[in-house]
Amino acid sequence: METFVTIILILDAMLRNATPLIFAAMAGMFSERSGIVNIALEGKILISAFAGAATAFVTGSPWMGLLAGILATIVFAQLHAFATVTHNGDHVVSGLAINILAAGLTAALGNYWFGQGGNTPNLVNRAEELNARFQPITLPLADWANQNIPYLGYIYFELISGHYVLVYLAFAAVPLCWFILFRTRFGLRLRAVGENPQAVDTAGISVTKIRYAALLMCGILVGFSGVYLAVALTAQFSPNMSAGKGYMALAALIFGKWRPRPTLIACLLFGFLQAIADRSQGAEVFGMAVPVQLVEALPYILTVVLLGGFIGRAVAPKAIGKPYVKERE
Amino acid sequence: MSQERIPVWITVVVIPITNVLLAAIAAGFIFWFLNINPLDALRAMVYGAFGSSYGWGYTLYYMTTYIFTGLAVAVAFKCGMFNIGGEGQAYIGALGVGLVCLWLGGKVPFLVLLPISIMAAAVFGALWALIPAWLQAYRGSHIVITTIMFNFIAASLMNYVLINHLKPEGRMSVESAQFHPDAWIPKVHDVLGAMGIQMGYSPLNLSIVFALLVAFAVWVFLWRTRWGYEIRAVGSNPSAAKYGGIHLPKVIILTMLVAGALAGFLALNVVQGEAHQIKLNLVNQMGFTGIAVALMGRNHPFGIVLAALLFGFLTQGGSELQFEYSVDARIVVVLQGLVILFSGALQYMMKHPIEKAYLRLHHRFGRKPGTDKTAEA
Repeated sequence: METFVTIILILDAMLRNATPLIFAAMAGMFSERSGIVNIALEGKILISAFAGAATAFVTGSPWMGLLAGILATIVFAQLHAFATVTHNGDHVVSGLAINILAAGLTAALGNYWFGQGGNTPNLVNRAEELNARFQPITLPLADWANQNIPYLGYIYFELISGHYVLVYLAFAAVPLCWFILFRTRFGLRLRAVGENPQAVDTAGISVTKIRYAALLMCGILVGFSGVYLAVALTAQFSPNMSAGKGYMALAALIFGKWRPRPTLIACLLFGFLQAIADRSQGAEVFGMAVPVQLVEALPYILTVVLLGGFIGRAVAPKAIGKPYVKERE
Repeated sequence: MSQERIPVWITVVVIPITNVLLAAIAAGFIFWFLNINPLDALRAMVYGAFGSSYGWGYTLYYMTTYIFTGLAVAVAFKCGMFNIGGEGQAYIGALGVGLVCLWLGGKVPFLVLLPISIMAAAVFGALWALIPAWLQAYRGSHIVITTIMFNFIAASLMNYVLINHLKPEGRMSVESAQFHPDAWIPKVHDVLGAMGIQMGYSPLNLSIVFALLVAFAVWVFLWRTRWGYEIRAVGSNPSAAKYGGIHLPKVIILTMLVAGALAGFLALNVVQGEAHQIKLNLVNQMGFTGIAVALMGRNHPFGIVLAALLFGFLTQGGSELQFEYSVDARIVVVLQGLVILFSGALQYMMKHPIEKAYLRLHHRFGRKPGTDKTAEA
């Protein structure tokens, strides 16, 4: 029973860790499938976490926080589009600029507004009757099932029920993104722009518009990711709280070969590894002690191995990273 | 628009300066928003960075670091590659320098130790760049992604080595033991003091001399040697270079080894010259700043030295702002971000308007009428 509970708790933590990765990786999918390299996920997560936490604190409502977080990332995603699409700026440089700007702006504005070294105040404050954090959702019959059905009831109670609404939304977002990208006209055009923008242009469709729209979708999705971190998982923004999650989501996207389902599985795998690393001071595999740092680094190592073509092959969209310059005459 | 009709001074002087000015204007708005008079802020920054020997010391200390990380990006860029791995390469370089200083410090004279620690910085940094380089050269894995991944792997590795092997028994913070003072690179204020010139305490050490020598050496390497020629050839046109008989994988790996070694040199300044121990997260984004430095310096060693001075000024001046205005020290990061945004990501935004304006003026007042028409065609 004890091992069973441990396993369920690790899987529970996996879902919590995977949620921001799923949102960010799906966001990255829209951008990269349309041909725009997105190393700016990290900064966009940070921006939405800050805007979300600050707004939730001021308005007292987590939903307003979510809205503000999404709006803030949309602004930054459109700035990203302005640099990479309108002005043909280098995608990597633009992404870095956004990451660095986000890291600095959130800390400086946070310190200016709240005077707590860049943190926002805690979103839950009993004395002032403030509770601006998302609350876990208990699914119907969870308590009853836990008490009356062995094992399955506990799985339902601990693993499936009791998460923040954003966790469920993350899992709903994956089929939705798949549908948009692979079953709609917009999705087809978006993927075509990422593979062969000339062809799309010849067909009379604006490459610029599609790429702006792709980054708009990216902004919306990544907004959920940051708000989840600051307004659900922790009840506060702190500087640099994204802590590499944007890059890990990018790794998951590559690991999933830019496709929704494999990307979801990669996010879950990385969330699982993180849960193991958080739980223990290392694991023991076949009698050999594995240091916790190795478990932490494993998502990155696996991605490099995959990129090296040693396990399968990750083929990026063809036109990725190339600014599209319309030929004239 | 024809490129040849635009004189060099427009491309090299006017456009970069316009971009920096735009970044400064944007920064001014942010300061204004934070209730700080932008002109006062600028004055405080200039005074903080250049107003005292202490300020100069810090500015030049940061400059030294940025020269190394900037060159590490620029050399790779000359070969058409984006090295985002300076962060990890410098961190691992610090491990090399630290190990040498811990083992040999106090046992051999400084002048024997220094070449060994320089070698260690280069070798460790280069080795950390080797795997991404090899993967790019032979397996076509994109170097941007692999070097990002290697930054994180380096952070985990250093975390492991520090906690499990280098941290002295009973110490709380995650850092190695202090090096023996014989292993320290002399501070400039000590050297000047010995010569009878007074200078306030600062972390500035003789690594700055090495940094300037390295910048010159990189210029010689890139523009005066066969290897440098091959690197530039691959960077400007890989297929032409291949057709000309250059073995691409060899050049890619060579370039990244040089870039990794340059990033590794950061450790001489930061670890052997100032901290005198390996600390957690000692690179602290300075590898990323190197990208901005290389962009500003147009990937030329001379430009990089100037850009490194600008970023040294931003770093030191910005941290002074914190005392003057109780603004968060990370306002510096905002300034760096704006410079990267305007002179990197949006570098073409002003290019066409400026070139067009130049051609129009040239047409109106120039010696050769008709240039305009051919240029527009």
